[in-house]
Amino acid sequence: MTELEKHMLKEVAELDSLPVGAYNIRSNGKSAARNTTANINIVTKQEVSGIDIIIEPNTVNQSVHIPVIISESGLKEVVYNDFYIGENCDVTIIAGCGISNCGGSDSRHDGVHSFHVGENSRVRYVEKHYGEGTGEGKRLMNPTTVVELGKNSYMLMETTQISGVDDTIRETKATVGEGASLVIHDKILTDGSQKAVARMNVDLNGEDSSCDLVSRGVAKENSFQEVDLGINGNAKCHGHAECDSIIMDNGVIVATPALKASNVDASLIHEAAIGKIAGEQLLKLMTLGLDEKQAEEMIVKGFLR
Amino acid sequence: MIELKNISYEINGKLILDNINLKIDDRFVAITGPNGSGKSTLAKIIMGILTPTAGSIIFNGEDITNLSINERADRGISFAFQQPVHFKGLRVGDLLKLAYSGEKNLQDACAILSEVGLCARDYQDRELNSTLSGGEMKRIEIAMTAARGTSLSIFDEPEAGIDLWSFQSLIKVFEKLYEKTSGSIVIISHQERILNIADKIIYLKEGKVERYDEGRKVLCEIGQGDSRACSVLNDKMN
Repeated sequence: MTELEKHMLKEVAELDSLPVGAYNIRSNGKSAARNTTANINIVTKQEVSGIDIIIEPNTVNQSVHIPVIISESGLKEVVYNDFYIGENCDVTIIAGCGISNCGGSDSRHDGVHSFHVGENSRVRYVEKHYGEGTGEGKRLMNPTTVVELGKNSYMLMETTQISGVDDTIRETKATVGEGASLVIHDKILTDGSQKAVARMNVDLNGEDSSCDLVSRGVAKENSFQEVDLGINGNAKCHGHAECDSIIMDNGVIVATPALKASNVDASLIHEAAIGKIAGEQLLKLMTLGLDEKQAEEMIVKGFLR
Repeated sequence: MIELKNISYEINGKLILDNINLKIDDRFVAITGPNGSGKSTLAKIIMGILTPTAGSIIFNGEDITNLSINERADRGISFAFQQPVHFKGLRVGDLLKLAYSGEKNLQDACAILSEVGLCARDYQDRELNSTLSGGEMKRIEIAMTAARGTSLSIFDEPEAGIDLWSFQSLIKVFEKLYEKTSGSIVIISHQERILNIADKIIYLKEGKVERYDEGRKVLCEIGQGDSRACSVLNDKMN
């Protein structure tokens, strides 16, 4: 692995070396390294680019890493990754994509992930998107995530895009079954003239299903963000959507929570707030010795923690 | 030592502070006075949160009138807000670390939190948001200011809303802070128990220093039924 690839792996998956457990590292459109375990199998798709990740029932305390790195300017790819998680599992999945583009052509990764989560299983999914490079070519990522949660299952999605991605459309669609629960924590920071669109749509179909969608965004300089959080309550269920944003400089943020209840026992709540950094927060940190710029950075870092 | 020379503050045509002249050099100095007398404004002017419309501020021999808040913080001034500020995502430990300038370790953070009656293990990873009660926020604010251990510490109504935690403990925090800094601790308060421990009391009224004397003398006046300071307490109650 080159130094650049190692650095990108560190950025997107916090890996200093090859991970423990199952993994598939994709670099510049090819599988660069793969490991499977007794309970977790990774199979290359035949028809399209991508992999199937099959996790046997009753697999607990195991992890799968599937980072993607692109360092060739101009590379464009669409990758399909399908996760089949058996019953009674408790697993962590670390995905993430890093593009380093020092060339003049746009580099683009569109990852389509689907999750089929079996009964009583718990999944933590961590996805980090990162871009860097001084070239004129853009760094583009358009992830689509489709989630199906089986009876009494639980999924926590922690999705983050902190810097360097010029343009992104992030689509997340989920159907939540009986007694199942989906929690999404989405964090985006845009600067320069970057553009980010995040659309989430959750169908609460099962009795006593629930979801908690929390989006936090910071739009700096001339960047633009659009966040659409949609929940459809189709059964006795609880849904909560929260969109909280900080706007700086000439940034623009459009936040649209949308709730649809088609069952009398559906209980849905949304909250949306956009505002600049509160002056009193800056003052407090300045009384502790930070100058205004340092105070601003600390507040943003904490907000997107 | 901090010295205010001819400090005035005017906003929207209203004079909030009117030619204040003060030298503060004692251990515990309480600022009291009726609501709207300019107590908090005075404290904010010392910290640099507000800029006076006239006058100058000298701190340990240096004119700090034109210094920013953080420059004053670096020189050795700390300020505990009357209304502690909420932060989304920032934790108690993050701000304590800042207060300690990152030099001290976890043990110190534990010590300072237990001084204000909070268990560090339970609190240092808590977010400074609305999941903390007003009383908890207030105690954390006091701990942060005490943690800085600067030569001038200003507390704006520290006793307000400290719920079950006792005054005695609050006073112990001040005493310990003095042991550490040998500086001045300025406390804005209406509370007789706090005024009781003050070496000196500044009594503000309508933006002017009406009285600035040894604490016991001012308190004596209260005892004798002259009721300037008594009326302070009454005004607050009303």
